[in-house]
Amino acid sequence: MSDQTSDVPVLELRHLSKNFGGLKATRDVSFRIMGGDRKAIIGPNGAGKTTLFNLITGIYPVSSGEILLFGKDVTKWQSHQRTATGMARTFQVTSLFPKLTVIDNVLLAIEGLRPTKFVMWRFQSSYKDVYDKAHRLLEQAAFLDRKDVEVRNLSHGEQRQLEIVLGLASDPKILLLDEPAAGLSSGESTEMAHFLNKLDPKLAILLIEHDMDVVFDVCADISVLHFGQLIESGTPEQIKNSQRVQEIYLGTG
Amino acid sequence: MSTQNLKIAIVIVCLLALLVLVPMGNSFVVLLATRAMAFAILAMSLDILLGFTGLASLGQAAYFGVGAYLTAYLANYYGFGLKWDFWLMIPIGMAVGGALAALFGLFAIRATGTYFLMITLALGQCVWGLAYRWNSVTGGDNGITLKGGRPQFGIDLTNDINFFYLTFAFFAATLFALYVLIRSPFGKSLLGIRERELRMRILGYNVWLHKYIAFIIAGAFGGLSGVIWAHANGIVTPETVVLTTSVDALLMTVLGGAGTLVGGAIGSAIVFGLREYVSTLVPWWQYVLGGVYVLTILYLPSGLMGIPERVRQWRNSQKKRETTKMTTAPSSH
Repeated sequence: MSDQTSDVPVLELRHLSKNFGGLKATRDVSFRIMGGDRKAIIGPNGAGKTTLFNLITGIYPVSSGEILLFGKDVTKWQSHQRTATGMARTFQVTSLFPKLTVIDNVLLAIEGLRPTKFVMWRFQSSYKDVYDKAHRLLEQAAFLDRKDVEVRNLSHGEQRQLEIVLGLASDPKILLLDEPAAGLSSGESTEMAHFLNKLDPKLAILLIEHDMDVVFDVCADISVLHFGQLIESGTPEQIKNSQRVQEIYLGTG
Repeated sequence: MSTQNLKIAIVIVCLLALLVLVPMGNSFVVLLATRAMAFAILAMSLDILLGFTGLASLGQAAYFGVGAYLTAYLANYYGFGLKWDFWLMIPIGMAVGGALAALFGLFAIRATGTYFLMITLALGQCVWGLAYRWNSVTGGDNGITLKGGRPQFGIDLTNDINFFYLTFAFFAATLFALYVLIRSPFGKSLLGIRERELRMRILGYNVWLHKYIAFIIAGAFGGLSGVIWAHANGIVTPETVVLTTSVDALLMTVLGGAGTLVGGAIGSAIVFGLREYVSTLVPWWQYVLGGVYVLTILYLPSGLMGIPERVRQWRNSQKKRETTKMTTAPSSH
């Protein structure tokens, strides 16, 4: 018990439920993610994976249950307050700032958790530390040569990568990735998996993904979501061999 | 970055030209330029909302009107703001404009898009209603005439040319202040909100607060333009706060180019110029102005400031066509 912080889950869901009218999009979902964990949530289309992310990040209010970030109950908190605890996410549908340049996108992401975001009497360009950090992030992602390109002119694959760079810009302790490989070619997916595996091992990742190669490559712990319910959790091997999971994916469930 | 410096240089040259050329003109030109610049401050304040935050407000005349009415009222009934205390009137006008925006923002910032437009319109009309009906303070339909004339404090502002210089100073200062604002981290956050609000929330921005602050800043500069307008015009009536004033400010910004800051000033200059000039030629001058607006929105959605970009795109497409011609030509032989 010497190191207390490592015992507190970075993210914990307790009996989380969400109803849209009569539709039960999330039913009694509970799990914990510890620091450095790499967990994936898979499931057929419409299983409620993105809804789950929207609940965790505070875009939707929950119907019942609790969300804890770093041991704190954040169920009633607004999105930006949750981000400030050390959480970041990416979006399934690319959500960048299309008319801004690559570097401006990254600068916005870095400023998000800094008090200087309210400064209005100094040029952004005069903040050297923010600029240096943006350069470092873009260098790591091999984007530096395209830093002055408007984001709408990037290819889809480049935009997917930049999504993750924006997610990393606030130095999160947990990163929620919503289908990072969506729309990528198989070569690009492999590259994405490599990129994710190279990230700081202390960073916890919660991943939603359809591309099973990426899931099996990155995550040691997989949960299967079906009609808003977690029905199976385990190692990649267990999930691959699970009778119930196969039934769901083959449509007999 | 050199294109940025070039743009700044062009703006500075234009400002200097204005400063030198206008006083050479006759008194009509001087007064017209003064009014256009006072109104340009309002248009630029609106651009912070429309062009940089993506909030189309139809109630900007409220802050303009409050600044103007307060100036006229204090001057007429208390003789305040006609000597050196004119310099106090400036921050007071900005504070009142900002305070009203702080109040209205509580209602308006919850909404987006058309709903934001409707709420700001309704709130603006409330102010107009007050100006029109609260006879004892606003003088009702007659408005308030500034009987004391313009302030005198060593410099005689009743002289139109002196007043032009003063208005120019406030216009240039506003342009500078808002330019620094839009390039500051806060200004960049407004751009982010314009582009993708949800992402900004997830990045840790309190989007509501940023919009609210922008709304208050726009209101404060609206108040400033009102103070100057009251002295430029010599009379403040419900016309000052009527919906048309808000619409004018919005259309000027769009005409010049929203999200460019100087676009509002250019739009203001063109509208004031056209209105004064064309109205002496034909009685149906309003149709000319309407036509200009329609053509701009149809063919130049990014305004007059968008023309260089248009030309560049057109040239590029011409170049591409030429290169494809060159590459396809040999193969056809």
